[in-house]
Amino acid sequence: MDGADMARAVRRIAHEILERNRGAADLVLVGIHTRGIPLAQRLAEALAEAEGPVPVGELDIALYRDDLDRRPTTRVGATRIPVSITDRVVVLVDDVLYTGRSVRAALDCLADLGRPRRVELAVLVDRGHRELPIRADYVGKNLPTAAAERVSVRVVEVDGEDGVWVGVEQ
Amino acid sequence: MRHLLDIADLSPADLAGLLDDADGFVEVLARPIPKVPALRGKTVTTAFFEASTRTRLSFERAAKTLSADTMTFAPGTSSLSKGESLKDTVLTLQAMGSDLLVMRHQAVGAAERAAEWLSIPVVNGGDGAHQHPTQALLDALAIRRRFGTLEGLQIAIVGDIRHSRVARSDLLAFSKLGATVTLVAPRTLLPVTFADWPVRVSSSLDEVLPELDVVYLLRVQTERGGASVFPSLAEYTTRFGMTRERRSRLKRDAVVMHPGPMNRGVEIADEVADDPDALVLEQVSLGVAVRMAVLFRLLGGESDA
Repeated sequence: MDGADMARAVRRIAHEILERNRGAADLVLVGIHTRGIPLAQRLAEALAEAEGPVPVGELDIALYRDDLDRRPTTRVGATRIPVSITDRVVVLVDDVLYTGRSVRAALDCLADLGRPRRVELAVLVDRGHRELPIRADYVGKNLPTAAAERVSVRVVEVDGEDGVWVGVEQ
Repeated sequence: MRHLLDIADLSPADLAGLLDDADGFVEVLARPIPKVPALRGKTVTTAFFEASTRTRLSFERAAKTLSADTMTFAPGTSSLSKGESLKDTVLTLQAMGSDLLVMRHQAVGAAERAAEWLSIPVVNGGDGAHQHPTQALLDALAIRRRFGTLEGLQIAIVGDIRHSRVARSDLLAFSKLGATVTLVAPRTLLPVTFADWPVRVSSSLDEVLPELDVVYLLRVQTERGGASVFPSLAEYTTRFGMTRERRSRLKRDAVVMHPGPMNRGVEIADEVADDPDALVLEQVSLGVAVRMAVLFRLLGGESDA
């Protein structure tokens, strides 16, 4: 997937979001650290062109991970959502959907921040290998992979370029 | 980072990293449900062999906000009164299932000794007149949140430097983060040697007042003999007290800090303490966030690291 493919996927997902929710009223986009945040902002831009401004927030799930004991010390990032999520429709945005554990952590974090009317999930890439009963509502690209492969999504805002790469874990 | 014993052990990057994490925890504490599951199943034990209100409570609140369990060791009602040694006491607390020990003790180096005896992380909650690292972290955080950075700030620490672990910790943290620190005290309240400290020294608060961004007032520690070197508390106030009149000679955006508990009318006047611009209460609430950052750093990573 190159930059143009990514831009098309973002536009399509924006339209699917509007279709399913019959407009952008009550929507909040919430990006999961790190690369979910720029993707959420791009979705918001696409939604703004079609319908009007949608609030964008960011979520750091470090404190909700179930594998803290197995990782080197995690840094704590910012969680900022400009509006109350209670009774709104939250669209969680992440770059890659893999085991589903990050999404589980994000759902727990959202529950501590309020009670959304509904939570939906948008991802740029779904690479399979779920370990929890979680699925995405909006998918940029389904990418069948082997567990040993590494999928890396790169975005201009963080990595200086747009694109999706698949490689073999060293 | 395995323990937090002394600010001297931390690099400027370590300090900045802890403050960054603490900023994240300030947000957590402001949530409708201020609780995160990060340290579920861990037990934080506080053992304060010397009196404390805010430090112990603040550690307990920090631990609970991170979903850790807490145990409190109370020396007054313990087997210490039957003559149990410090080493046996802390080994017992570890054997009881503590994952981290926060310790305050009147003896310099007590937390460091405990860290040698134990296999769990130890946090120094104050050892004699030596160190109080989490106080320095929260003070640095309060200043950074007010000014954006410590780089280039002029900070004076005023009062009983000799008996103050807060001063020893703060001056190291502030200067590592780029501030210029001036100790303001009469010769009798300065330590015997301070040649290797990165500070300037002055005996006149009035002289340095106009250039300061932060005035950090220390408590006159009557329990450590801090008052005995002065003829009277009134004379202390005359020379080093932050009166309303001195406050008015500070720069417009300068702030007044105090670690508490305050001796109102001695080192700080009522009007200055209660001024909404003073950082005193802000220091207390940031203390919880900073201690969360410390607990998370020491317990939040690989358990066998």
